[in-house]
Amino acid sequence: MHWKSGWLAALLGCLPLAFGGCWSSSGSSSNTICVEGSDTMVNVAWAWAKRYKKDRPAVTVNVSGGGSGRGIASLSNGTCDLADSSRDMTEEEIQRIVEKYGVKPIEHIVGYDALAVYVNKENPLDSISLEELAEIYGEDGKIQKWSQLGVKLPGGDAEITAVGRQNSSGTYTFFREHVLGNNRDYKANLLSQNGSKDVVLLVAKTPTAIGYSGMGYKTGDVKVLKISPKKGEPAVEPTIENAKNRSYPLTRPLQIFSRGEVHGQVKKYLDWIYGPEGQRIVENEGYVPL
Amino acid sequence: MTDGWRLFKRAAEWLIEAVVRLCGWSAILFIFAIFFFIFHKTWPLFAEGFDLREFLTSARWQPTSTVHPCYGILALLVGTLAVTGLAMALAVPLGLGAAVYLSEFAGGKTKEILKIVIELLATVPSVVWGFIGYMVLGPIIIAVTGAPVGVNLLNGGIILALMSVPVIVSVGEDALKAVPDSYREAALALGASRWEIVYRVLFPAAKSGLLAAVLLGVGRAIGETMAVLMATGHAAQIPHSLLDPICTLTATIAAELGEAPRDGTHYRVLFLIGVVLFVITFIVNLTADLVVKGIRTEKE
Repeated sequence: MHWKSGWLAALLGCLPLAFGGCWSSSGSSSNTICVEGSDTMVNVAWAWAKRYKKDRPAVTVNVSGGGSGRGIASLSNGTCDLADSSRDMTEEEIQRIVEKYGVKPIEHIVGYDALAVYVNKENPLDSISLEELAEIYGEDGKIQKWSQLGVKLPGGDAEITAVGRQNSSGTYTFFREHVLGNNRDYKANLLSQNGSKDVVLLVAKTPTAIGYSGMGYKTGDVKVLKISPKKGEPAVEPTIENAKNRSYPLTRPLQIFSRGEVHGQVKKYLDWIYGPEGQRIVENEGYVPL
Repeated sequence: MTDGWRLFKRAAEWLIEAVVRLCGWSAILFIFAIFFFIFHKTWPLFAEGFDLREFLTSARWQPTSTVHPCYGILALLVGTLAVTGLAMALAVPLGLGAAVYLSEFAGGKTKEILKIVIELLATVPSVVWGFIGYMVLGPIIIAVTGAPVGVNLLNGGIILALMSVPVIVSVGEDALKAVPDSYREAALALGASRWEIVYRVLFPAAKSGLLAAVLLGVGRAIGETMAVLMATGHAAQIPHSLLDPICTLTATIAAELGEAPRDGTHYRVLFLIGVVLFVITFIVNLTADLVVKGIRTEKE
């Protein structure tokens, strides 16, 4: 759950982060590294920072969430060194960094996340195809009731409650690209939740719900569906193996952006993330290591 | 008294006055700074020919669509008005009833305990209210109504009502208390029952105060963000029944601003929604002021 405060606070939060006390070290001799961005990655970013501090007390890594957009904006303002992102940078965002610093932002892929499709644990369904998901989530979709999937829920012919993410989230974009295709929008009555955890919580509390969220957010109250690329083809479970060998269709990269090449402490930190210790943390947090 | 002492006293006087004046003006300063900030953020939209008509009349909110980005806030506006209206329909009778009970019927210990509890209710943070809506009220709504999903207009309305009740009760009670006892005594002397005193004497006498209580409740409900974000389901559609999930203006800003590319159209449109909220609260406050003033002049 992301405790975002009221709208006014949200607006004030966009004032320059001058009072945040977190300034970019830009690879200089400074021993503070600032990381900002994606809420999807904030757990793993925290775990990295904590472990790194434990092993190297001289270096401090400051991590904050707030969203991919915010992280990328801070990267171009110079108030952070690395931006976590669950989406690609837009052309405009890249251009802004090029104009200001004369270098292109560089993308570092530090792991993968398998996007799991969850249903309530009372739901008898075991697997679903990407086409069926598209008809559930897409605009003018043909599948609106559970009976159309051959599922009988207690309490009559229930409508499917499609749960997703808010439209600026990287997860929302990824799911649209890979399930709906680029020429289709989500339907209007999608329940747009404000965090990965919220999706799973809502599915756990709603017998008629279906939702997508990172596989690291699985709890005992929900059921993970196997997914087949096409109806009739074998369905694949989202596991670390299946994500690694790409047989699971909804696998996406965890990205970190930097302003050009990294140097000094920041480079050491990224190298450490790529190393065995950093990758073990990726796996511990429920994501897929490289 | 030496001259130095006198000079010091004058300087201190001047300093204190300056500080107090600054406190007074700072409110105006802040509101202008916020105004400026929000308008400054939205301004470039109009330079690039933003379709204001679509913004206000379209119910299609697909700001990140790759096919055809669409920035219609009608569904969000209807969502905000619907959930606020429902919350007020529940909170006004409850709040005013409680205010009447507290000021006219309850006595001694009961009154003190009730007042403390109601004030405690006002201190519950909105995320906690949202969480209650999500985790407790949602499943109850599913079980009772058979709705497919428990986070919806009804859930948001109930949560917002519970959040506005303390405001309505405390302001309403003050308004009723401010009615002079001589009014009550006069009514009693004429043989009025307790109900008649409340309905025929106190309500008309405390009209402006009670109205202020209700409008403060409305303001609380319109501006609320976190609780409605969680309790309403956040689906950008025009609701057809109490059990449809909805989406409000405030929740949209809170949910989408963090991830929206900075200074892009989507980002600026979210600020424009902030302007719309500004206008709405301004109208609510202005109406309150005018009505209260109207009542005052009527009295004189």
